[in-house]
Amino acid sequence: MSANPTAVKQKPNWLIEMLGSTIGRKLMMALTGLFLILFLAIHLAGNLQLLVPDEGRTFNEYAEFMGHNKLIQIVSILNFAFIIIHIVVSIILTRYNRTARPVAYAYNRASANSSWASRNMIWLGMILLIFLVLHLINFWAKSKFGPIEEVVYEGRTYHDLYAIVKMEFANPLIVGVYVLAMAGLAYHLLHGFQSAFQTFGVNHVKYTPIIQSFGLLFSILVPLLFAAIPIVMYVQSLL
Amino acid sequence: MNMKLTLKIWRQSKPDKKDAKGNFTPGGGKMETYALNEVSPDMSFLEMLDVLNEKLVKEDKEPVAFDHDCREGICGMCSMYINGQPHGPDRGITTCQLHMRSFKDGDTIYIEPWRAKAFPVIKDLMVDRSAFDRIIQAGGYVSVNTGVNVDANEIPIGKGIADKAFDAATCIGCGACVAACKNASAMLFVAAKVSQLALLPQGKPERKARVEKMVAQMDEEGFGACTNTGACSAECPKGISLEHIARMNREYFGAKLTSERV
Ligand code: HEM
Ligand code: SF4
Ligand code: FES
Repeated sequence: MSANPTAVKQKPNWLIEMLGSTIGRKLMMALTGLFLILFLAIHLAGNLQLLVPDEGRTFNEYAEFMGHNKLIQIVSILNFAFIIIHIVVSIILTRYNRTARPVAYAYNRASANSSWASRNMIWLGMILLIFLVLHLINFWAKSKFGPIEEVVYEGRTYHDLYAIVKMEFANPLIVGVYVLAMAGLAYHLLHGFQSAFQTFGVNHVKYTPIIQSFGLLFSILVPLLFAAIPIVMYVQSLL
Repeated sequence: MNMKLTLKIWRQSKPDKKDAKGNFTPGGGKMETYALNEVSPDMSFLEMLDVLNEKLVKEDKEPVAFDHDCREGICGMCSMYINGQPHGPDRGITTCQLHMRSFKDGDTIYIEPWRAKAFPVIKDLMVDRSAFDRIIQAGGYVSVNTGVNVDANEIPIGKGIADKAFDAATCIGCGACVAACKNASAMLFVAAKVSQLALLPQGKPERKARVEKMVAQMDEEGFGACTNTGACSAECPKGISLEHIARMNREYFGAKLTSERV
């Protein structure tokens, strides 16, 4: 608390001051969050090719293309950086926000004025983080470093990533973990999607209803389709 | 029909302490239980507490300290967290506008002070909200020279803008937004003040410096960040809209990116 409120502390750099403020930290959450949403849409479009009934050829060709395209590689590094920023800032913010109320209410009816998802973003995020680590160990690490079968289509050899996915999704435990994580994603997005626009300062009678409707649709449809992949592949493994 | 109530009220004799570095030391206190009979449904919530206090005084006990002034919903003093919500269960009103008919015979009512690091408890249900005053002092004003009165309609202002600015100006600085927020964030209050002046032509000259200074002071006071939960707006007795928070965010990013202050 400064004695003279009109004397604003001189900080070394305006950009750092902006990003370090409570509003600026939220800007980082919203920017990285929206980028991750874009990533989800692209990732889903790619993964749905797993369901093309051609023993994985479409998917394997797509994976090969993604793995060798320079632009995709740059974007994927950016994606890693953004998810780390999103996680680190979310932990800093959540810890800071806890200090803002040192003594808790004896009786608090938070459900009377806010959604469950909005109050539990950090826990929903933690579910996603645990999932992310498992997911990376499961597929990304195996596709990069693991021993991997090869298939030949029209004289060209491809890594048979489809075989790895097929094997993983024959395990009901893994399928269960994926479905649960997607429920977590749905709730994270249910609050996060529209929240990011509010953080940017986009709140307008014309656009906010559209953003909210689209956000609702996206938050339900995308996790649902993601969850459908392991379920369908598990059922296929039984046939 | 009079009601019998059980009141659970936060009692605290020593004030919370907040030092210059922002370290917070709770004064300590506890929830005490009081039985109150003969409560009329026509009483306001504050009148009910007056009755309790008269009873406590007669019994030679310390009355419950609480803030109040206008008792008609305009001063914003009557800060009380009632049954888990600021200003109680009803929407769009302050504690002084809450009536006992909103409760039932035999109810237990929890009454607590606003809980925020930036609002230290002075005693019982009274909190120190001078953090809000310091935010206003940091930039929540327009600088005008004294002298001859300016004609009220000298600067034309569109009806839509005037209405929006007026909506923001209805904020009474009660602090319910901070109390309701899971992060004890003051965004709705600060946004209402920034918005009101940013919308009006009179506020334009100091627009960028204002939002930069007010946000800096808000952070300095130790209010949390915004998670956009919307609890503030839902509990605000004046129904201040989240639209103002979006406007403040725009003002803030715009000012930071374009002002000459480096
Ligand atoms: C695919 C993964 C993810 C996506 C698409 C995503 C998306 C978003 C979006 C759009 C927001 C809203 C930002 C705003 O309110 O301005 C958000 C907020 C948040 N995210 Fe994520 N997120 C993801 C993963 C994670 C992970 C792994 C964590 C943490 C471990 C996390 C923690 C949070 C927290 C705590 C908030 C709320 C911050 C606050 O306002 O207090 N998220 N997320
Ligand atoms: S914004 Fe509403 S709740 Fe917050 S101080 Fe103003 S009137 Fe009170
Ligand atoms: S006492 Fe003035 S608003 Fe309640």
